[in-house]
Amino acid sequence: MALPKYTEPHYRIWHYIYLTICAAVFFFLIAPLFVIFPLSFNAEEFLVFSDGMKSLDPDAFSLRWYKDMIYGTKNPWGLATKNSFIIAIFATIGSVILGTVAALGLSSRHMPYKGLIMAVLISPMIVPLIISGVAIFFFMAKAGLAATHLGIILAHIILGTPFVVITVTATLSGFDHSVTRAAASLGSNPVNTFMKITLPLILPGVISGGLFAFVTSFDEVVVVLFLAGLENTTIPIQMWTGLREQLSPTILAVATCLIILSTLILVTAELLRRRSERLRGINQ
Amino acid sequence: MSSETKQILTTDGIPLEVSLKKAERRNKIKAFLLVAPLLLFIIITYVLPIGDMLMRSVDDKMVTQMLPKTFKAMEKWDGKELPEEEVFAAFHSDFIKLVEEKREGKLSTQLNYTKNGFKSIIKKLRRKSKSFEDGNYKEQIMAVHKRWANVEYWQAIKRRAPAYTGQKYLKGMDMFKNESGEIVSVSEDRRIHRVLWLRTLEIAFFVTVFCFLMAYPIAHLLATLPMKYSNLLMICVLLPFWTSLLVRTASWMILLQQQGLVNDFFVGIGLVADDNRPEMMFNKTGSYVAMTQILLPFMVLPLYSVMKTISPSLMRAGKSLGGTPFVAFWKVYFPLTIPGIGAGCLLVFILAIGYYITPALVGGASGTLISNQIAFHMKSTLDWSFASAMGLMLLTGVLAIYWVYNKLVGIDNIKLG
Repeated sequence: MALPKYTEPHYRIWHYIYLTICAAVFFFLIAPLFVIFPLSFNAEEFLVFSDGMKSLDPDAFSLRWYKDMIYGTKNPWGLATKNSFIIAIFATIGSVILGTVAALGLSSRHMPYKGLIMAVLISPMIVPLIISGVAIFFFMAKAGLAATHLGIILAHIILGTPFVVITVTATLSGFDHSVTRAAASLGSNPVNTFMKITLPLILPGVISGGLFAFVTSFDEVVVVLFLAGLENTTIPIQMWTGLREQLSPTILAVATCLIILSTLILVTAELLRRRSERLRGINQ
Repeated sequence: MSSETKQILTTDGIPLEVSLKKAERRNKIKAFLLVAPLLLFIIITYVLPIGDMLMRSVDDKMVTQMLPKTFKAMEKWDGKELPEEEVFAAFHSDFIKLVEEKREGKLSTQLNYTKNGFKSIIKKLRRKSKSFEDGNYKEQIMAVHKRWANVEYWQAIKRRAPAYTGQKYLKGMDMFKNESGEIVSVSEDRRIHRVLWLRTLEIAFFVTVFCFLMAYPIAHLLATLPMKYSNLLMICVLLPFWTSLLVRTASWMILLQQQGLVNDFFVGIGLVADDNRPEMMFNKTGSYVAMTQILLPFMVLPLYSVMKTISPSLMRAGKSLGGTPFVAFWKVYFPLTIPGIGAGCLLVFILAIGYYITPALVGGASGTLISNQIAFHMKSTLDWSFASAMGLMLLTGVLAIYWVYNKLVGIDNIKLG
C-alpha cells in the first residue's frame, strides 16, 4: 500500500489515519484472545495480572491451573471433554452424510422447489439459537430424548447440516457434471461414480462443511443448556457455569486449549479452502 | 396414422417426447430422494416443533379442562354482577375434584397469570372447603375471603374459558385484556417487556453500526493489500471467528472487570482515578463491547468478498477524470460495496437480535436482551407458553429481516469464510 510519490500531503495524512484506524480495529479483534494465554499461567488465584507477572518474575507463573484442569478433585472437565468430543464427532458424521447427500440433490438441475427446500434446510442457521433451543427441547422432551447423548447429537445435526449443505452446494456449483456422465457411460453405477469420481472432487467442500459442523457442535451452548442433564455436560456448559459462578483460572487453562484447537481448525479450513479454489480453477 | 409417422420414436418404439418426459420425471424423483432424508429430518425435529411452539403459545385448554362445569354454567352469566349460585355450585364441584387430584395448585398458578391474588385465596378455599355444607355455595365461598365476593375475580376466571388465547402475545407487549374486554397497556412502571424489546432493537442496531464502521476500513485494507500481507491479516479476522464464543466472552470478562486491563489502561493515562474505576461490565457497555467484537468477523467477511471483486482501476479512472480521492471513493467505490454492506449489516443485525450467551454473562441486568427473558421463562418460571409466544414474536421479526435480506442480496450469496 505504498502511496504514489505525487500524493498530496493532506491525503498522505489521511492515509496514515486510515492505516492507524485499521491497526486499532485489528488490535480490537485479536488482542482479547491473547489476554487469556498469560493469565492461564498465573500462579495466583485472581484473574488479574499480578505485579510479579508484570515484572516477568518466573515465580509468578505456574502450571497449577493446567494441573487442576487435568487432575483436580471432582473436576468436571474430563467428563465434559469426553462428552464434547463424542457429541461433536457423531453430530459431524451425521451432518456430513445428510448434508452432502442433500446437497447432491439440490445441485441437480432437475430438483423441484429448489428455493423453498433450500430455505427450509438452512433455516436452523438463520433462526436465533434461543428459538431453536426451545423448539428442539419441546421435540426431544416429547420423544423422550431430553438429557440423553442421542438427543444432543440429533440437535447438533440439525444445527450443523446447514453449513454442510451450503459449503457442498458451493463446491458443486463449480463441478463439471460431464465427468460423472463419462463414468456412467463407461459402465459405472451411481454409487461407484459418487465414491470414485464425485466425492474425491468435492472432498474439500465436504471437509470444510464438516469442520463448520464440528465447531458448531463443539461450541454450542444454548441448545445444550436446555437439553443436557448432569451426565451430558459438555465443555461449553462447564465454561458457562464457571463463568457465571466461580470464575476460576482453570477456565482460562481450558480456554487456552480451546484457542489452540481453533487455531488448528482455522489452518485446516484455510488450506482446504485454497485447495478447493485451486481445483475449481479460481485464481487468486 | 399420419401423425404417428411424424413422431420420432426411440428404439423401444415409444415416442421420444414421452420417453424424455419420463426421464425428466425420473431425474426429478432421483434428485428429490437425495434431499428427502434431510428434509424429513429437519421438518420432523425442527419445523414441526416450531409449529408446536405456536400451538403452545395460544393453547389455553388447561384451565378449560380444569373447570368444565364452571365454564358451562358461566355461559349464561353476563359478567357484570356477581354470578348466580349455579356458577358457584359448579365451581365448587370442579374445585373439589381438582383438590382430590391435587391439581388445585396448578389452577392457582394459571389463574394468577390472569389476575394477581388468586394464589392465597385458592389456598384458603382448599382449607375451608373441607368443612363446607351442601347447598348455598355462593354464601360459603364468599365467606372464605373477600376477594371471592369481588366480581373482578370471577371475570378473571371467565376470561380463561376459551381453549385458545392471544393473551401471551399481549403479555409479551405488556398489554392485557381488561374486565370489559378492551386491550390496554399495563401501568407504566410494569412495562418490562417493551423495555426489553426496545433495548434489544437498540443494542442490535448500534452493534450493527459499530461493526460496520470498524469493518469497512479493514475489509478495504484486506481487499487492496497484496495477497501475502492480506492473508496474514485475515488471520486476525478468522481466528476470532473460529474461536469459541465462550472463550471470547471470558476474555472480555477479564478485560472489562474493575481491576482489568482496560481500567488499568484508563487509570494509567489518567482518564479515571484509581479509586473511581468505572463499572464496564454487567451493564450495557459490556454487551456493546463484547458483542461488537464477537460479531465483527460476520461483517468483515461479506464486505471483503464484495470488495475483492471491485477492480482498483475503477478508482484510478475516477481520479483521472478529475475526482478527488474522496469523490472517487464516494461516487465510485462506495456504491459498488452496497451489496456487501447490506449482507453484512443484516447478518450482524439478525445475529445480534437473538443474542443470548454474551449478554447473559457480561450484560448484567441493564444489558440483557429478549432472548434472556425467553430463557428465563423456559428455565425458571416454567411458563413455556409465554416463552413460546415471545420466541415466535422474535422469530417473526427475524424472518421479516431475513425476507428483506433475501430480496436485497439473495439467499445464495451467503458466504462462509
